[in-house]
Amino acid sequence: MNLDFSIFTDNWPDILGGLWLTLELWLGGSVLGMVLGLTIATVRQYAGGVVQRGIAAYVAAFRGTPFLIQLFLLYYGGPSFGLVLTPVQAGLVGMTVYSSAQFIEIFRAGFQSIPPGQIEAARMSGLGRMQILIHVQLPQMMIIILPSMVNLYVIMTKETALLSVIAIPDLTAVLNGIGSATYAYAETLFALAAFYWILLECVTAAGRWAERKVGRYLVR
Amino acid sequence: MTENPIIEVEGLTKTFGSTEVLKGVSLALERSQVTCIIGPSGSGKSTLLRCLAFLETYDTGRVEIEGRLLGYVEKDGRRRPATSREISDVRRNVGFVFQHFNLWPHMTVMDNVAKPLWLASGFSRKEARERALAALEKVGLADKLEDYPAQLSGGQQQRVGIARTLAKGPHIILFDEPTSALDPEIVGEVLQVMRDLAEEGMTMAVVTHEMGFAAQVADRIAFIDEGVIAVQGAPRDVLLSKDNPRLVRFLKNFFDRNVFWEN
Repeated sequence: MNLDFSIFTDNWPDILGGLWLTLELWLGGSVLGMVLGLTIATVRQYAGGVVQRGIAAYVAAFRGTPFLIQLFLLYYGGPSFGLVLTPVQAGLVGMTVYSSAQFIEIFRAGFQSIPPGQIEAARMSGLGRMQILIHVQLPQMMIIILPSMVNLYVIMTKETALLSVIAIPDLTAVLNGIGSATYAYAETLFALAAFYWILLECVTAAGRWAERKVGRYLVR
Repeated sequence: MTENPIIEVEGLTKTFGSTEVLKGVSLALERSQVTCIIGPSGSGKSTLLRCLAFLETYDTGRVEIEGRLLGYVEKDGRRRPATSREISDVRRNVGFVFQHFNLWPHMTVMDNVAKPLWLASGFSRKEARERALAALEKVGLADKLEDYPAQLSGGQQQRVGIARTLAKGPHIILFDEPTSALDPEIVGEVLQVMRDLAEEGMTMAVVTHEMGFAAQVADRIAFIDEGVIAVQGAPRDVLLSKDNPRLVRFLKNFFDRNVFWEN
């Protein structure tokens, strides 16, 4: 075996920049997607028919098409609709919208897991919708939806590898660039795979920790 | 003290799909009175009670709580659905006790009762805890404050449900089959709490199959059949009535079930 690790020490500023961008877009897109998903799922509970159908169409569109095509449409097709974005902006919007559609479904399953009678009791106790969400629904559904949420965060780490196709200098793009410039394909691709694997292990560990914490009241 | 009823219902109708569940119900729930609502299953008695709290919308007619229309806002003779805030405000003094208790399983007994008080009823946390403790003492559960609902028996859970409603200081409490989900031998402890409340002058409307409770505690009984109040009056008049054949048959069912042997 003949591996040359000097390409990492020679290019570390670029690699660090790519790494940072990947982490930023992953976490930024997923967290924004989660907030957007929770907002839409909450509105959906109280919405009338037209809004319901609109949300259903949104979910169907972004869950039913490949992320790659959504990215292309957003970045290359966007200008046709007057939407001109830099690659990084398009990446962030893409990650947010794509993950929000998945988060909507996760939160919907969570809402459905709470018996309606508990919501009625909260309404009769005078609680408003926001209070019901924070004090009755979220604390109980967390334990049920945490595994799927962690899973989605894991999936989103891997989706970031696609961002390089719209010229975002993320870790995948940087390492690929180095690989083709130096012919050190094996080293760069191994490094890339190792990075994603380590990130994924960290997310999973964080998820396990959160599950223990949230599930405390059920262990009695 | 005013003579106006706390809740007044007039010409209430309600349709589920193509089924007309309530076909023009009129009823007055007078202050400090206990009204028991009885009737065969599917007669609309639970739906009626839920309409009185607007847990169920109604189609036509009026539900007025202490003189204010519930669920709709009228202006220039036209009606629009009330916002959830407006509904909450009108039914502020209405308590509701559910068949399946509907406690929040992730909160302790104390939090189940106290939390809504400081979240929604404008009490400080300290006042809320004091009020909650008083209500829980009243239902005999002051020693279970830090327990979770799953650690309690059904009867205890229902008494927490009553305490939760009681703590907000309601002018009327609506009970929707409060003992139907309980084992027969613990029905009594819940009925006793309700008896105590009635004796203190709480205004109550109770949908129930406990005919003994209705006979002994109610001031009025309303028999609902096929979406209308078929018979109503003092317990003795209703329970001994021979005028309505469906009421006679309904009551015969109960008497027959509770007879030990034929004479």
